[in-house]
Amino acid sequence: MSAPVLSRTAAAEQVPAVAVRRSKKPSETAWLVLGTVAVLLLAVVSLFVGVSEVSLPQLLAGNAEAWDLLWISRVPRTLAVVLAGTAVAVAGLIMQLMVRNRFVEPSTVGTVESATLGILVVTVVLPAAPIMLKMGVAGVFALGGTALFLAVLGRLPARNTLLVPIVGIMLGGVIGSVTTFFAYKYDLLQTLSNWMIGDFSGVLRGRYELLWLVAALTLAGYLAADRFTVAGLGADFTTNLGMNYKAVMRLGMVLVSLISAVVVTTVGAVPFLGLIVPNIVSLLFGDNLRRAVPWTALFGAGFVLVCDIIGRTIRFPYEVPVGMVMSVLGATIFLTLLLRTRKRNA
Amino acid sequence: MPKTLSAAPAPASGGPNPSPRRGRTGFTLGALSPRGMSPRTLVIVLAVITLGCIAAFMTIDLRGNLSYALTRRGIRVGAMLVVAVAVGLSTLMFQTVTANRILTPSIMGFDALYILIQTGLVFALGSSTLLTAAPSLKFGVEVALMVVFSALLYRWLFTGGTGSLHLMLLVGIVIGTLFRGFSSLLQRLMEPSEYIVLQDLFFASFNQVEPLLLGISAVVVVLVAAVVWKLRKTFDVLALGRDTAVNLGVDHRRIVTLVLVLCSILVAVSTALVGPVTFFGLLVVSLAYQVVRKFSHAALIPIVCLLGGITLIGGQLVLERVFGFATALSVIIEFAGGLLFLYLLLKGSLK
Repeated sequence: MSAPVLSRTAAAEQVPAVAVRRSKKPSETAWLVLGTVAVLLLAVVSLFVGVSEVSLPQLLAGNAEAWDLLWISRVPRTLAVVLAGTAVAVAGLIMQLMVRNRFVEPSTVGTVESATLGILVVTVVLPAAPIMLKMGVAGVFALGGTALFLAVLGRLPARNTLLVPIVGIMLGGVIGSVTTFFAYKYDLLQTLSNWMIGDFSGVLRGRYELLWLVAALTLAGYLAADRFTVAGLGADFTTNLGMNYKAVMRLGMVLVSLISAVVVTTVGAVPFLGLIVPNIVSLLFGDNLRRAVPWTALFGAGFVLVCDIIGRTIRFPYEVPVGMVMSVLGATIFLTLLLRTRKRNA
Repeated sequence: MPKTLSAAPAPASGGPNPSPRRGRTGFTLGALSPRGMSPRTLVIVLAVITLGCIAAFMTIDLRGNLSYALTRRGIRVGAMLVVAVAVGLSTLMFQTVTANRILTPSIMGFDALYILIQTGLVFALGSSTLLTAAPSLKFGVEVALMVVFSALLYRWLFTGGTGSLHLMLLVGIVIGTLFRGFSSLLQRLMEPSEYIVLQDLFFASFNQVEPLLLGISAVVVVLVAAVVWKLRKTFDVLALGRDTAVNLGVDHRRIVTLVLVLCSILVAVSTALVGPVTFFGLLVVSLAYQVVRKFSHAALIPIVCLLGGITLIGGQLVLERVFGFATALSVIIEFAGGLLFLYLLLKGSLK
C-alpha cells in the first residue's frame, strides 16, 4: 500500500518541476514587464532630480532652457546610469559562471584595478591620447589582470569557494598599490581617485556615448550565455560537448575586460554591483541562465539608478558619487549574503 | 606530555641527549642562515642592526641647525619605533590567538574601524569640539570607543562557532571595505573645512607627528608591550591550538577578548600616529617566523619588534637617501606585503 504512494509522490515531485516552470512562464514574463516598468519609472524620477529645476509643467510649456537641460544633461546621465548598471551586472554574472564562484566579480578579482592601472599608464606616457586609445589600453591591461587572476586560481591548493574572492581582492590590492605608487610619483593621485570612485556627475551629451559600446558587449554576453554555463562545468565536459573550451573562456575574458575598461574610463569603478545583483537574481529566480541575464540587467540598472538618486539627494544640492553610496550599500548586502551562507552551513 | 612541554625551554646544558630537533637544525642550517643562532644571539644582532639604522638615520647628511634637525629626526625615529612595535605585536598576538599565519588586524578591518570612529566623532560633534579638546582626552575617548566596538564585533566573529576561517577572513575584509566606504561617505557629507581637519588626523605621516601624542603613544605601547611580555607563556600555550589550550587550562574566551582589546589599543595608537598600514604587520611577523626556529614567544616578541624597527627605519633610510623618495615607504610595504600574502595563500598556509 505504501509503495505506490511513495512512488506517486516521487513522480509528483518530478513532474511539477517541469510543469511549474512551464506554467510559470507567462507570469514570469508579466513580472519581467512589471520590472521593466519599475526601472523606467526610476529612470523618469532620475530625470527630474537635480539642482537646476526641470519640471513637467515647464517642459509642457515649451520652456527651451528646460528642454536643453533635459537633452544635454539629464537624459545622457540617466542613459549612462542604465547602460553602466546593466553592463557591469551582466559582466559580473559572466565572470561568476566562468570561475564557477558566486563571490566573484570584476572588481573583486583585479580586473577593474588593472584597467585603472592601464589608464594611468596611458595618461603618463601619452597625456594627449584620444579616449578610444585610453580605453583600448585599459582593456588590454584589464585582460592581463583577469588572465593573471585565472592563472593564480589554477594554482590554488584547494578550490575553496571563499578562498577565491579573498585571493582576488588581495590581487586587486597589490595591483592597486602599484597604481598608487606611480600616481604618487607622477602627482596624479587626484586624477586617480576619479577612476576609482564611480561618479556620473560629469556625464553630459558627448561624454557618455561610448557606453553604447558596452550595450553591444552586454548583448554579446547574452547571446553567448549558455556557452559560459557549459564552460563553467570544466574543460573536459565542454570539450566532450564539442565546444572549444579555450575559445569560450577567451570570449568571456574579453567581454568582461572590455566592459570593465569602458565603464572605468567613462564613469569610474562601480563596486559590488556585479557581485550582488547576480546573487540576488539567483536567489529569486534560480540558475537558468537565459532567464537570469534579463533579470540581472534589469536589477543592475535599477540598483544603480536608486544609488545615483540617493547620491544626488542625500546632501542636496551637493552630490555624493554613486561609487560611495554603492560601496556602503553593496558591502552591507554582500555581508548579509555571506552570513546567510554561514547560517546555512552551521 | 611532559616531554613535549619541556622540549621548548630545554636548556643548552641539558641531559646527555638534548632535544634532537634543536640539534639537527643547528647543524644543517647553522652555517647558512640565522636559524641556527640561539634566540639570544639573534636578538642581540638585531638590536645592533636597529641601533645602527637609528644612528645612520640620525646622522647622515646632517647640516644646518643641529639641535633642530636632531629633534625632528628624533621624533620621526620615535614614531617609527612606536609604530613598529604596535603593529608588530598586534599582528603577532592576533595570529597566535586565531591560530593562523595570515590574518592581521588590519586585513580584518581594525584600522578602518578606527578611522570610521574618528570620522563619526567629527561628523557628530564637529571639528571644533575635537580641536579644542585636550589631545590626550580625545585620544583616550577614541581608543575607548575603538576597544569597545572591536571587542564586541570581532569577538562575535571569532567565537561565532562556524570554524570556517575563510568565511571569517572574507567577512573581515568586507567589513573593512564597508567601514572605509562608510567613512568616505561621511567625509563627503561633511563641511569641507571639517574634512580638512579630519584629513590631517589620518595622514599625519612620519614627518608631522605631534610630540605630545607621540609621548602618550609611547607610554601606552610600552605598557601594552609589558602586558604582552607577561603573557608570553600563555601565548605559547595558545599557539598549540584552541582545544589543546583549553585542555591545558587556559580560559580561551577571556584571553581572546583580552587580546582583541590589546590589539585595538595598539592599532588605535599606530593609526592615530601615521595612518593605516595594511600589510606591514604580516611582513614583519612572517619574517620573524622565518628567522626564529624556536617558536617561543619569549623569543618572538623582541624579534618582531626589532625587525619592525629595522624594516621601517632602514626602509625609510634607503628610500630617502638612495632613491630620493619622501614618503612612499608605506606604498612599497603594501606592495611587498600584498605579494607575500598571495604567496602564503597559494602555498596553502591558510588551510
